[in-house]
Amino acid sequence: MSMADQAIFRIWRGDNGGGKFVDYTTEISSGMVVLDAVHSIQQTQANDIAVRWNCKAGKCGSCSAEINGKPRLMCMTRLNTLDLTQPVTVEPMKTFPHVKDLVTDVSWNYRVKMKIAPFKPRKPDAADGSWRVQQADVDRPQEFRKCIECFLCQDVCHVLRDHDLHDEFIGPRFLIYTAQLEMNPIDAGDRRKALKDELGIGYCNITKCCTKVCPEEIKITDNAIIPLKERVVDVFFDPIARLFGSGR
Amino acid sequence: MAEFPIHEYDVLVIGAGGAGLRAAIEASAAGCKTAVITKSLLGKAHTVMAEGGMAAAMGNVDDRDNWRVHFADTMRGGQYLNNCRMAELHAKEAPARVHELEAWGAIFDRTKDGRILQRNFGGHRYPRLAHVGDRTGLEMIRTLQDHGIHQGIDVYAEHTVLTLLMDGNRCAGAFGYDRERGRFKVFPAKAVVLATGGVGRAFKVTSNSWEYTADGQALAYKAGAALLDMEFVQFHPTGMVWPPSVKGILVTEGVRGEGGVLRNKDGKRFLFDDIPENYRSSTADNEDEGWRYTQGDKTARRPPELLTRDHVARCINREVKAGRGSPHGGVFLDIAWIKEKLPNSVEHIKKKLPSMYHQFKQLADLDITKEPMEVGPTTHYAMGGIQVDGDTQMSSVAGLFAAGECAAGLHGANRLGGNSLSDLLVFGKRAGEYAAKFAKENGAGKLDQGQVDAAAKTALAPFERGAAGENPFAVQNELQDLMQELVGIVRVEGEMQRAIEKINALRARAANAGITGNIEYNTGWHTALDLDNMLTISEMIALAALERKESRGGHFRDDYPEKNAEWGKYNLRIRQGADRQPQLERVPVVPLTEEMKQVIEENK
Repeated sequence: MSMADQAIFRIWRGDNGGGKFVDYTTEISSGMVVLDAVHSIQQTQANDIAVRWNCKAGKCGSCSAEINGKPRLMCMTRLNTLDLTQPVTVEPMKTFPHVKDLVTDVSWNYRVKMKIAPFKPRKPDAADGSWRVQQADVDRPQEFRKCIECFLCQDVCHVLRDHDLHDEFIGPRFLIYTAQLEMNPIDAGDRRKALKDELGIGYCNITKCCTKVCPEEIKITDNAIIPLKERVVDVFFDPIARLFGSGR
Repeated sequence: MAEFPIHEYDVLVIGAGGAGLRAAIEASAAGCKTAVITKSLLGKAHTVMAEGGMAAAMGNVDDRDNWRVHFADTMRGGQYLNNCRMAELHAKEAPARVHELEAWGAIFDRTKDGRILQRNFGGHRYPRLAHVGDRTGLEMIRTLQDHGIHQGIDVYAEHTVLTLLMDGNRCAGAFGYDRERGRFKVFPAKAVVLATGGVGRAFKVTSNSWEYTADGQALAYKAGAALLDMEFVQFHPTGMVWPPSVKGILVTEGVRGEGGVLRNKDGKRFLFDDIPENYRSSTADNEDEGWRYTQGDKTARRPPELLTRDHVARCINREVKAGRGSPHGGVFLDIAWIKEKLPNSVEHIKKKLPSMYHQFKQLADLDITKEPMEVGPTTHYAMGGIQVDGDTQMSSVAGLFAAGECAAGLHGANRLGGNSLSDLLVFGKRAGEYAAKFAKENGAGKLDQGQVDAAAKTALAPFERGAAGENPFAVQNELQDLMQELVGIVRVEGEMQRAIEKINALRARAANAGITGNIEYNTGWHTALDLDNMLTISEMIALAALERKESRGGHFRDDYPEKNAEWGKYNLRIRQGADRQPQLERVPVVPLTEEMKQVIEENK
């Protein structure tokens, strides 16, 4: 790998009372990711730096941050994909309240999930209480269940980030959560009215920013949100009913 | 106690991986006021990294499978040091636990006739692992999480437990702190379930996350509970070896289950040269038969790549030491070769092993559909842990239960892949059920303010030493180096004696750890507080490994390379003596009933 032996990481330090970028120079080696650099700085220069992580393999979704302004997982961002002639900026996600350094308060996401009607199984197909379901019928919900809840899609969604509509819109993460429930052939629930009235699906204007940042490469907009919008339209905005209805 | 907030529960579960969540769901369903404490955010526990699947003899793919075969496989894999009662309950109850997950929203891969698909794994006679690609752990934790949040369970995310609170010999709750704000909290509880996972962070090369600092084992030990089988640590044969920053990250056994093969630098499938006697009759003796087995040919025997993990890991170690390894000190794991057999191999591999494809592509610039991976052993799992009653999961301390990796018994000397996720569900449920029962039958214990004050004082001491104290990360790194080097995959007496001396020296340094900065989300402080647990349990591992003078399962002694029948009669138990020193003793293994002897015999 052709890169310098050292690089500068410009890390946001501070708490919700305020903060600033601090530059740290650290040694780098082949194959390193941003999280390695942050750990190295933490172990040798700034023991108290706050950073979340668990698996270091892109499977748990803990180490979300904004690297050179882009929402990414620190553990999956290789240094050889970044311009190391410039300082690499590492900041916390901006859509959520700041706690300290690279850590944000993501508890809103956990509260949002509570609002969505949980999985409700239909009657089993077999006497032993199990179901018979074809693989082709679960491929799509399985795609959404790859979600690691890193909340990068929430971070980048302008309805949340710029318009701050956290009370009215559940965000892309929970639209795919709802989509996997609605598309699960074993589920008997119906969340279409809730999607329209309480969960705010109408706010999404399909700019696909969420899809672009998804580390699991889930086609959030195309495969989940648009089909959900269609399902909602099918029940509540039927053009025939509209033609003969109240005119609205 | 007025100075710290008090949160009172019937059942307090420490740990929010598969076992902890399953225990909490059960306790809550029994009508108990229940809380879960987790060091991370909800849904991030190490269970999330489990890949291959959960073993349950449902017989969906091969109807010859049943609990009897699963029981016999588990005992054989554990080299008969298992708690046979746990192995029996596990084999019998795992199918119901898997079906229950589906009823809670899990979406497993399917068979052609629409049932839950099962795959081959090392040591399992038939395809037995219910799975979702290679992200089964994520499916499991998310299902339990999404079901659990609607069951009225309180979750304390990013909280660490510092000590268990004791009322005489009975557990009466726990004391800990909120990692985000650094505030102490008291959790009185009628029953406590430990579900904290393993010890992997005590080793340098590990597949385990930072959370695996032996908390449950150490909390239980200090509370007077007995630990069992601490010498048995599983080194998973296939961790990544390159680049250095990802060394140790797991490469699922599912790669081999799908037909992946292990080769040395000469291109030789070296596992064919060394098939243990007790597996010879069930192992393929040529490459073609091995391939047919992975493709579901019921007349074929399994390839040697699917022998138990302890054996495969040692063979890899031998190849590397003999100079027959890959460029970065591992061996080659090749799934790309199946293109000779399957025309659509690229799509097939991506579908069956999506996260492996991703992981190598992104972290190692390697396309596993085209090139072989380089892999080597990585510290993966602790078979040993807290000794529990096989039925109730209660430890030797009243009111203190343990489930999942932090408990001992089910796996004996070596765990079969896939038996961990099913372990979490089967014994998580049982721990929750019996903890709830205990809570109802016994009222609240009495709390002792002195214990709380002492724990708070110890926890804050690193701040007083400040920058003049030891860097906690440096102590942790040295521990990891020494455990890797001296108590790792191949062990000898002199090295382990040195390890114990070094651990004691590190303990003095850990007691002098110093911290700068404030108390809020201070990772240095959190690490300083983890050190004592890691050092305590590292010493237990070394002591037990030193004592067991034979090689069996995950424990390999270069100075005693053979299995010894006499040692096969005992488990090693460790308890804290009156002098506060660890007391090691041999205890007879749980005897097999006549019926279970029969089951083992008929499956030989």
